[in-house]
Amino acid sequence: MFYREAGQFKTTYQADSALFPILQDKIGIAVILLAAFIFVPLTASPFVIDSILTPILIFSLAAIGLNLLTGYTGLLSLGTGGFMGVGAYACYKLATFFPGINIVLLIVFSGFFAAAAGIVFGLPSLRIKGFYLAVATLASQFFLSWCFIRVPWLYNYNVSASIEVPTRTLFGIPVTGPNAEPSTRYIVVLAIVAIMTWLASNLIRGRIGRTWMAVRDMDIAAELIGIKLYQTKLLAFAVSSFYCGVAGAMLVFLWLGNAESESFAINQSFLILFMVIIGGLGSLLGSFLGAALIWGLPIVLRIAPGMFGLSIKAATVEHITFMALGALIILFLIAEPNGLARLWQIGKQKLRVWPFPY
Amino acid sequence: MHLLYQIFIDPFVQMGTAPDLFVQTLWEGLVTGVLYSLIALGFVLIFKASGVFNFAQGIMVVFAALALVGFYEHGVPAYLALGLTVVVMLMLALAVERLILRPLVNQPEIILFMATFGLTYFLIGFGELIFGGDPKVMISGPLGLPSGAYQIKTLGGFVQMQKIDIAAAIIATLMVVSLGVFFQKTRIGRALRAVADSHRAALSVGISLEQIWVIVWFAAGIVALATGIMWGARSNVSFALQIIALKALPVLILGGFTSIPGAIVGGIIIGLGEKVGEFYWGPLLGSGIEDWLAYVIALVFLLFRPQGLFGERIIERI
Repeated sequence: MFYREAGQFKTTYQADSALFPILQDKIGIAVILLAAFIFVPLTASPFVIDSILTPILIFSLAAIGLNLLTGYTGLLSLGTGGFMGVGAYACYKLATFFPGINIVLLIVFSGFFAAAAGIVFGLPSLRIKGFYLAVATLASQFFLSWCFIRVPWLYNYNVSASIEVPTRTLFGIPVTGPNAEPSTRYIVVLAIVAIMTWLASNLIRGRIGRTWMAVRDMDIAAELIGIKLYQTKLLAFAVSSFYCGVAGAMLVFLWLGNAESESFAINQSFLILFMVIIGGLGSLLGSFLGAALIWGLPIVLRIAPGMFGLSIKAATVEHITFMALGALIILFLIAEPNGLARLWQIGKQKLRVWPFPY
Repeated sequence: MHLLYQIFIDPFVQMGTAPDLFVQTLWEGLVTGVLYSLIALGFVLIFKASGVFNFAQGIMVVFAALALVGFYEHGVPAYLALGLTVVVMLMLALAVERLILRPLVNQPEIILFMATFGLTYFLIGFGELIFGGDPKVMISGPLGLPSGAYQIKTLGGFVQMQKIDIAAAIIATLMVVSLGVFFQKTRIGRALRAVADSHRAALSVGISLEQIWVIVWFAAGIVALATGIMWGARSNVSFALQIIALKALPVLILGGFTSIPGAIVGGIIIGLGEKVGEFYWGPLLGSGIEDWLAYVIALVFLLFRPQGLFGERIIERI
């Protein structure tokens, strides 16, 4: 027996449509947030924070962005990496032009540039659908990647063609640049991700989210009940790219410290798509689970042979990691095509009714 | 004004004043286009018969080429190595059908698409583990492929045609014709088309889906092998080659996912457009526009024909 919500009656409509209608969920999420904000920065080692937790949070946000587009609106996109790049480069340019403005504001604001790019490259989405659209979004990916290399203005005419993050402070503590502590950056990332996840969950439970899901389920039918397809789809592109842009800006400013066009190449798009699909299409929780799995798995695979006392060459480990990742993706898809979020739901249901079968 | 001149006038003046160079560019475009079509053909075969958007086609090309070179390096005669590689591709098709497609039958398209991603990762790791990550030289000599070039004197200059390119064009044509005949005239081809139309209807008249899938994946494997030999003969065989699979995607949306002639015509349009664009308009924008020009060309076509040039008309019902 996990927990039961028996006896919690909803007497108002508001109580029924609350974000966490069940008391235990409220307590659970509060405990998780408390642990993430206070317990983790105090106890976890810088390695764990910097190479596991921070990237997982950032990729989760990007995955949420893509999930809004692919999972909720049903528009398959392979341009995520490009939109993340727009956010990162916009943030870099903004930080250059406005050194006095709070960096966290700039990171969030750079999302709007990504949103604008998303709208432009979302324009073909009314005419074309499905895999045709997916390939069309590849156009944005390649075009943006090309811009990050060929437009020197974007990286301030650096010789190295990479963007270096300047040191910026928040309340007197450095949060970006080489002097920032991993735990400080982690807390900033966590705060942004938590707030944006909360916003996303409100967005998809409201009118906008419902129109998105109606378009996903059948766009002609959605049009017939009065949903304006073009606006809905473009809004989905804009919001999705906004999330991806913020994730990209955080990726560079709060995690990597410097980046080149390579960081936002096509592989990044595929990685995020993996996270969304493995985590579960149309689930915010799934975005987190997927990001944790796809990011964590290679790390575990790399560490695992050492734990069993096996010494394998680094290159071999790398190849085996690739093989195992591919095989595991297929296995997960076969075991549960609806993703980890569904698996979690099934598990929770099983626990709730335990020891009875149903 | 100067910019407009550079965009609209200057390239055409260049084409007019140096027609030999223009013909050379066209030829290069044509050959690249044919090779793109070969990869696109692999995609189309699988998409037609199983509705799977097979992202692994690119790595299959690399895998086939590496297997061929690998066998030869271990002392197997060239033609026997070719035969062995065909066997390897058959095993791959069997494994894919048994381990991926059969458990995932009836799943949404995007899940199958993702599964081919998993296959791509697996094959990359597997291939590097067995063959190593270094680029290899394709054994075009022992396979009896021609090398060298023809110089054709024309239009006040020379146009150079690599013999291997001509061979590639001929082989591609042969493959397309034989696949066309196979699809239209044979019993299996008819079954393939039935499966493409409707899985359920095909099953109900007694067509074995498993068998059909093995056949198309095997056919796609053979196409991958041919592509691998041709691309490998032009450059080296390396894992970087799988990137060309991404180049085949605009060809696909241009030609339509389900059309074999579409793959050919689309490939040639993309190849020509890309080379001509890069050569004449590339310097204006900074080089490297090849990377995305193909997609833009395809997008322009798509705005007028959303199902691709030769794709079947999409009829939507509620």
